[in-house]
Amino acid sequence: MDKLLKLLCEDARLPVETLATMTGSTPEEVAAKIQKMESDGIILGYRAVVDWDKADREMVESYIDLKIAPKKDFGFDEFAELVSQMPEVKSCTLMSGGSDISLVVEGRSFKDIALFVGKRLATMESVISTSTRFVLKTYKKQGHQVSGKNTDDREMDF
Amino acid sequence: MDYSRLMSAQIQDIKPSGIRKYFSLAEEMGDCISLGVGEPDFVTPWEIRRAGIESLDQGKTFYSANAGLKELRRQITLYLDRAFGLRYDPDTETVVTVGGSEAIDMAMRVLLNPGDEVLLPSPCFVCYEPIARMCGATVTTLVLKEENEFRLTAEELRAAITERTKLLVLPFPSNPTGAVMNRKDLESIAEVLKGTGIFVLSDEIYSELTYGDERHVSPAAISRDMWERTVTVNGFSKSFAMTGWRLGYVCAPAPVTEQIVKMHQFAIMCAPTTAQYAAIVALRDCEDMVSDMREEYDMRRRFIVDGFNRIGLHCFEPRGAFYVFPSIEATGLSSDDFCEQLIRKKRVAVIPGTAFGAGGEGHIRVSYSYSLKHIKEALRRIGEFMDEL
Repeated sequence: MDKLLKLLCEDARLPVETLATMTGSTPEEVAAKIQKMESDGIILGYRAVVDWDKADREMVESYIDLKIAPKKDFGFDEFAELVSQMPEVKSCTLMSGGSDISLVVEGRSFKDIALFVGKRLATMESVISTSTRFVLKTYKKQGHQVSGKNTDDREMDF
Repeated sequence: MDYSRLMSAQIQDIKPSGIRKYFSLAEEMGDCISLGVGEPDFVTPWEIRRAGIESLDQGKTFYSANAGLKELRRQITLYLDRAFGLRYDPDTETVVTVGGSEAIDMAMRVLLNPGDEVLLPSPCFVCYEPIARMCGATVTTLVLKEENEFRLTAEELRAAITERTKLLVLPFPSNPTGAVMNRKDLESIAEVLKGTGIFVLSDEIYSELTYGDERHVSPAAISRDMWERTVTVNGFSKSFAMTGWRLGYVCAPAPVTEQIVKMHQFAIMCAPTTAQYAAIVALRDCEDMVSDMREEYDMRRRFIVDGFNRIGLHCFEPRGAFYVFPSIEATGLSSDDFCEQLIRKKRVAVIPGTAFGAGGEGHIRVSYSYSLKHIKEALRRIGEFMDEL
């Protein structure tokens, strides 16, 4: 992977100067490269990785697998583009295996999500079936261990 | 009982590693952050750990052959050829040891007679001198210069050789300086050694961790003459982040390894079998992971070199291992004083250069086998320390 991209994926808040030092480049070059990756749609955005259980906000996450009946002029892509526009849908992917489209949907409560599935998704013409699984506890999120247990067990030797 | 009178005088004469003092001090002070550790911060890659566990699940809990599992020795020789163009026979020229440390110990015991002289670059890792002394050999220190980027030059070597010289230790890439010897450097060393009866002990434990375009060059790969006089030591600790598994190896011409296997059998029997099964997978399947780790170290290396130079502690750019060796001469403090004051005032533990021999005075050894966040915080505190001096 591109070194710059690797560093940004680990910590998008590293200053341009630090990124330049670490990749053996100049701050100007790094800034230009980042800008290009943004405009080319390689970098889609930057977000904090949050443990919502600790934050003061109710949040339920669910994984919803959909089976779809593609129709003429309305295949997987068209369906996916459409559901991607719904703000509750945080990620939308076409999958191999038993289901076709897989969604990550966030809501304030189980009921919120159940309503979203029942009223918005299941009623769509192309949807053959839905399977909703709720997240009960998160242990690792986007490379970060939620427990925060990152102890250095190395003893003092050399 | 009067233990000191009864125990070995020779062993009691050997000074303990000077470093313990700082570790105790760091522990005493509490909430210290350390840049002192000399091992990777990566956990052994999952596939390697899995292979160790599987070998246990399958009940492979017996001794291996004294020289190590045949398949591991085969993988070692394939790897050495692939990576460094080194040719060794897995059956007669390769011995698997308990870490590189055992390999160094065995090699020195096999090569040295009492009264022999060992040439030791300084600063260097701490184990060579005590082992040489235990063999009854004398040690001559070759003080390496920062202006030569802590490489050993042919002139320095030539000037040090006497008729008693038996062994030259080449510990590159270097702990503590991060220095490497390139092909040209080694060719000129080879030229000096030609026609002498001097062996080379090449400790290449950091050989996978070199940065920049040039890969590590093994002394034994320079020429047939060098191959014949070189004992090559390497291991899994640094390259595959396997320090706790305790697994290394030594390769040398058959007459040397024959003696090493004999000693190894009497002292150790064989290296841990679980670690040996894991190491087969390391060599066979994990080269990508090594290069990922190398890339990560490289980025931290650039960051920390830049950081020290900004603080005003001149730091030459090391090309190997995971240490930087900044000069603290600008502070007017000795290495010892610098390290002690830094722990006391800012709770940062680094190692004085003098822990690695007299050649380390005026420097500190700083490890970057830590997360970037950790390194950043340590640099911030060292910066404060400098401002307040």
